[in-house]
Amino acid sequence: MENGDSVLTAQEQRSLRCVAGMMIPSSAAHRVPGADDDVIFADILRSLGMDAALVRDALAALDQLAGGVFADADGARRDSAAAALQRAGGLPLAALTRAVAQCYYRDDRVMRSIGMEPRPPFPKGHELEPGDWSLLDPVRARPKFYRPAP
Amino acid sequence: MLDKVDVLIIGAGASGGAVAWSLAETKMRIVCLEQGDWMKPTDYPSNGRDWEARQMADFNISPNRRGRALDYPISEDNSPIKIANFNGVGGGTVLYAGHFPRFHPSDFRVRSLDGAGDDWPINYDTLAPFYAENDRMMGVSGLAGDPAYPDKQPMMPPLPLGKSGAVLARGLNKLGWHWWPSDSAIATADYEGRAKCINLGHCTSGCAQGAKASTDITYWPLAIRAGVELRTRCRVREVTVDGNGMASGAIYYDANGVEQFQPAEVVIMACNGVGTPRILLNSVSSRFPNGIANSSGLVGKNLMFHPYAQIYGYFDQPMDGFRGPNDCIWSQQFYETDTARGYIRGYTFEFTRGQGPVMAAVTGLTTGRIPWGQRHHDAYRTLFTHRAGMVAICEDLPEEHNTVTLDPVLKDSNGVPAPKIDYTLSENSRRMLEHSVARGTEILRAAGAHDVGFESPLGHGGWHLMGTARMGTDPARSVVNEWGRSHDVKNLFVVDGSVFVTSAGVNPTCTIQALALYIADSIKQRLATLFD
Repeated sequence: MENGDSVLTAQEQRSLRCVAGMMIPSSAAHRVPGADDDVIFADILRSLGMDAALVRDALAALDQLAGGVFADADGARRDSAAAALQRAGGLPLAALTRAVAQCYYRDDRVMRSIGMEPRPPFPKGHELEPGDWSLLDPVRARPKFYRPAP
Repeated sequence: MLDKVDVLIIGAGASGGAVAWSLAETKMRIVCLEQGDWMKPTDYPSNGRDWEARQMADFNISPNRRGRALDYPISEDNSPIKIANFNGVGGGTVLYAGHFPRFHPSDFRVRSLDGAGDDWPINYDTLAPFYAENDRMMGVSGLAGDPAYPDKQPMMPPLPLGKSGAVLARGLNKLGWHWWPSDSAIATADYEGRAKCINLGHCTSGCAQGAKASTDITYWPLAIRAGVELRTRCRVREVTVDGNGMASGAIYYDANGVEQFQPAEVVIMACNGVGTPRILLNSVSSRFPNGIANSSGLVGKNLMFHPYAQIYGYFDQPMDGFRGPNDCIWSQQFYETDTARGYIRGYTFEFTRGQGPVMAAVTGLTTGRIPWGQRHHDAYRTLFTHRAGMVAICEDLPEEHNTVTLDPVLKDSNGVPAPKIDYTLSENSRRMLEHSVARGTEILRAAGAHDVGFESPLGHGGWHLMGTARMGTDPARSVVNEWGRSHDVKNLFVVDGSVFVTSAGVNPTCTIQALALYIADSIKQRLATLFD
């Protein structure tokens, strides 16, 4: 796994933080930080892993679309560049989305906000409703319908 | 050179585990070579907070994405469907969902019934006792009485319906269409030393609970206890032949990368529908210049996937979301041929419960349902845990132009040529996929979904690898005979999905394992005359 701290330049890190905050900003209404929060962004940088190269491609594309360093562009240029990147789609955008979302939606504060306990699935697991098996009654009443074979 | 063994099995996955266990009672000396390693349940992603991230990385279903040292690369640019597999003890069962549908009687008679493909040289009744034995060994949950099938008896009660299953079932009932709780290789009660499912919701990255039946925790412990030797991190390069045209063993690279030769009286291939033809084609000799067991020219041909369509919807009410196994209910309303639909053969709908928080965000962002910016949070909260849907598993018919060959350039870390996939979707499959998307949309609408989407064919859905060393009675039209023995090399057997003649419209694992048990039984019945 590659660590974002070492594979991204300081300039790329600034742009990544900027675009992460644009993708998922903080929300007072939901009492959640943005993806550019110190803790979350540090996790993003640490966790780029096999997506690091594609994320760099996405950041380079944003620079090009902004006509300079993305993080240093004014708000309108950044909005325009981000919108153009989203329209273009492709693997770099997919990697950027993964990189941000996979860290944002495992942050304790965010998980609590969406109604989840901040924990891994194992060992506690989850409860599922057993369900109402009387729903199956009309299907049980059907005759066998598989096709006979010679 | 190593001591000669009676039986050499190559591959320790679904079929390798089953055949090893079955043959162990003969007390022959049996060795299995597996290129991967043992898995540790404590390493599975659901132990950690990064469980979804790891599903997209080191536990991804694509070996090319995963890129573990023990994987081999696959050249798949010429296929719209990409390969999914896993290399380790347990093979694909480590990452499969655990769906365990059997074939139907009609699946063995496609030529006779529908004029396409070929008939199998065996039928449902041939495999029925081995299906039952395999169900017992793997531990299958489900419900007897499904009108879509001949009678069968699961070992344990079905998985819970949950919110998602109940909502979808009501939609299916409105339409008057078939559904049934899925047969699943997931323990719903403590079973043979395995703890019952606790709804981790992450079956396809390995089951940390051990409730899902992967062969590393079902067949292999028993096979090893019975005397089978399993060597891991051993990558086979080729099967060798002697002067009489019999298989003499296999050359492999051990855990240290040292080339070894393992001599054997019998060689059994259990490497899946891509791995097996890869090794057979790479086993070139003066006697078999086009690869061993390939006088028919059919090794690597007739590759079948199951083209998948994924159809999903968003509901006003909460669904199961991240809770519970992928497996839920299925429908075989459109399984058998009805030519009025514009195609032959059919498909199974397998219904899915929902998504975890990261996947909900990723799919919402990439499909445009969740915007960037301030509206992100409200949009996310209307979608997260409000999604349910299905996949349609469409029967793929055999076509010789769909192939596994050896890539002329790409190689694995031991220098063995990588498999190259050339595959095109047939017109029949396209029509079937379209039909499934339309019917799936109807189901979701009937169930109350307000927003329906689909992906068809599912690009990463090459889970099921079949047909590349097909079974048959005619040596000119098949690679192995009706009990899995090579027509050309009388001590070489194939027991994995390669031997499938047609693909049916269901997950193949339980049929692969039933075939492996059947072939093992055939070997045991014929020990005195095995090479005649």
